[in-house]
Amino acid sequence: MPTRVLLGDEALAQGAIDAGLSGAYAYPGTPSTEITEYVQHSPEGKDGQVRCQWSANEKTALEAAIGMSFAGKRAMASMKHVGLNVAADPFVNAALVGANGGLMINVADDPSMHSSQNEQDTRVYTDLALMPCIEPATQAEAYAAPAMAFDLSERLEIPVLVRLTTRLAHSRATIETGAKRDQNEFHLPEDERRYILLPAIARGRYEELLAKQPDLLKASETSAFTHYTDAEDRSLGIIACGIAYNYLMEATGGEHPHPILKIGQYPIPQAHIERMVAECDAILVVEEGYPYVEEKLRGLPARTEPQIRGRLSGHLPRTGELNPQLVAHALGIETPKLRPTSSIPAPRPPALCPGCPHIDTANALKEALSDQPNGRVFGDIGCYTLSALPPYEVVDTCVEMGGSITLAKGSADAGLHPAVALIGDSTFAHSGMAGLLDCVNDDSSVTILIVDNLTTAMTGGQESSARNRLATLCAGIGVDEAHIRVIQPLPNQHEANVAVLREEMAFNGPSVVIAERECIQTARRKARAKKASSGGTA
Amino acid sequence: MKKDIILAGVGGQGLLALAGVLGEAARSQKLQLKQAEVHGMAQRGGVVQSHVRLSDETIHSDLVWEGTADLILALEPMEALRYVPFLDAEGMVVSNDAPFANIPDYPDTDSILTEIRELPQYRLIDAAGLAKEAGALQAANMVMLGAGAPYIGLDPEVLIDSVRVFFASKGDAIIETNVKAFRLGMAASQEG
Repeated sequence: MPTRVLLGDEALAQGAIDAGLSGAYAYPGTPSTEITEYVQHSPEGKDGQVRCQWSANEKTALEAAIGMSFAGKRAMASMKHVGLNVAADPFVNAALVGANGGLMINVADDPSMHSSQNEQDTRVYTDLALMPCIEPATQAEAYAAPAMAFDLSERLEIPVLVRLTTRLAHSRATIETGAKRDQNEFHLPEDERRYILLPAIARGRYEELLAKQPDLLKASETSAFTHYTDAEDRSLGIIACGIAYNYLMEATGGEHPHPILKIGQYPIPQAHIERMVAECDAILVVEEGYPYVEEKLRGLPARTEPQIRGRLSGHLPRTGELNPQLVAHALGIETPKLRPTSSIPAPRPPALCPGCPHIDTANALKEALSDQPNGRVFGDIGCYTLSALPPYEVVDTCVEMGGSITLAKGSADAGLHPAVALIGDSTFAHSGMAGLLDCVNDDSSVTILIVDNLTTAMTGGQESSARNRLATLCAGIGVDEAHIRVIQPLPNQHEANVAVLREEMAFNGPSVVIAERECIQTARRKARAKKASSGGTA
Repeated sequence: MKKDIILAGVGGQGLLALAGVLGEAARSQKLQLKQAEVHGMAQRGGVVQSHVRLSDETIHSDLVWEGTADLILALEPMEALRYVPFLDAEGMVVSNDAPFANIPDYPDTDSILTEIRELPQYRLIDAAGLAKEAGALQAANMVMLGAGAPYIGLDPEVLIDSVRVFFASKGDAIIETNVKAFRLGMAASQEG
């Protein structure tokens, strides 16, 4: 079998291609981005056998995947954990309508918030949607997961969630790849009416979904990723979910005096849990993210026999990523003596790149607001959020994707002036446009500064769905064309840009200023590619 | 054979390419490999690190235990110091000696180098100078891979083959520059 060194994200993507994938839908977001990029760079993605362009946002991505599944083909939607919030509406209802072609929803969680606004645990969503979830522990399991997910999806007519966490998504290992199976032929569902969630049908679908639960439970109890290993010392049993199992194996060094339940599929495999509760005096739950299994196991009032240990009991930290030494500590295993942390290293936070257009925008915005003590800038998600840090310190809020425009609107409604929204081109296309429509319909005094760097820069320069059509889009939404201004964020345009921003902040109504200059990283990458394709030695 | 390595640097220094060469070397030698990387926001001129674990036996954790790393290979000296709690009591630190000072409060370089010199085993390498000698400043990462090579537990020629594979699409000139950078780094490291 061929071997490759792949990230967990990439192994999952290759596994999906080999499992007969027809369509990959996604909006970029760390740590999920490389799933879709891998498909795009694969032979199947390049020649169009697998559809793999970026979607405008996670909701449109998942909806399109549901549509492809409706038409009988295997589809996947991929996103970061907070992206599932954007896609929550189709996600929950997808479980009701079910799947026709295999439907897999890949969500990458980011415990410790390496590149995120929160560390929500996607497994909680499985309760909300009553949907099964596969949680691979290794890159090899990530490769195997799509075939399992598509099989389960097609057998029980239900979408399947696959949960990754940062350390699996962004860690490489050598994996063996297997045989490739054919894509599904186009075929419509036998019962098309199950996709019409009118109340009368939806009630029936809900009953159907509940009726599937015993089969889903059986699937997780017999999953290839779940196993119960008995051992003699039953003073303690250990439950390890997903990648936490690796830390457990590392910490114990292959010595396993206690029974271990590895969980790699949900709903929580009840039969194994019941066995451990019956046989062990205490149970340690090791899981990445929320104390999801631990909390259920503790129950209300909290179970005392067996005693449940984990993130809630203080045996493991309540927040943040796990690692081998934390798990060793929870087991009372001695950890190596550490050299003290050096006092010298200073923090080195990420920063805007030298020459970045956002630097010129931030400088212009800072000056335009310098005589406006009540002015506030409602920021959004993207590289420009870094202008909240010194030396710019020009951004006052950052909540979620697309929120800048409507946060600015709400505060303007309450009397704040000037209210400025700072949003990137890709984020505007993702979820800013509907908020702009609210501003237009309400004639809100909001200045919307769209920083158009012609790419999705923060995640590595993916194509932006705005595609340099922002002025047209804003005019179409109804912004007065006299108040759609385009500026060039360059140092030599500073005075002119400050003047434009001041004029539009003074305007009593919705106005848009588009600061347009390509991301320097993207521009460099394109220049290198051009040079390489013209026979140079870049 | 088992080696736990921390790679440390700053976004844009080519640390992930260095990790990529190591990964290719492990694959070619049929060694087990785990290599955790930092992507996303931290790459914007921020701290970048990678945990690389090589072994001829199963590797479970993608992360190295604190206090057990055999080698810290750093493209930047302050970043080398950031990870000393990961270092084994007898571990080796191989670091570029030149600061990448992209922050306003970058500490005094002499005190950084002094602290590195107090570690049990260290090599400080003039990565930029040797990269220039090899023909391209961008090859500083391969200088440092060469400097780390004697402590990685792989035949340096295997690593050089992996450099060739990794840069194969870039053409012969770039391959040879990087191989030369690797050899210069290795020689400097062996001189002590």
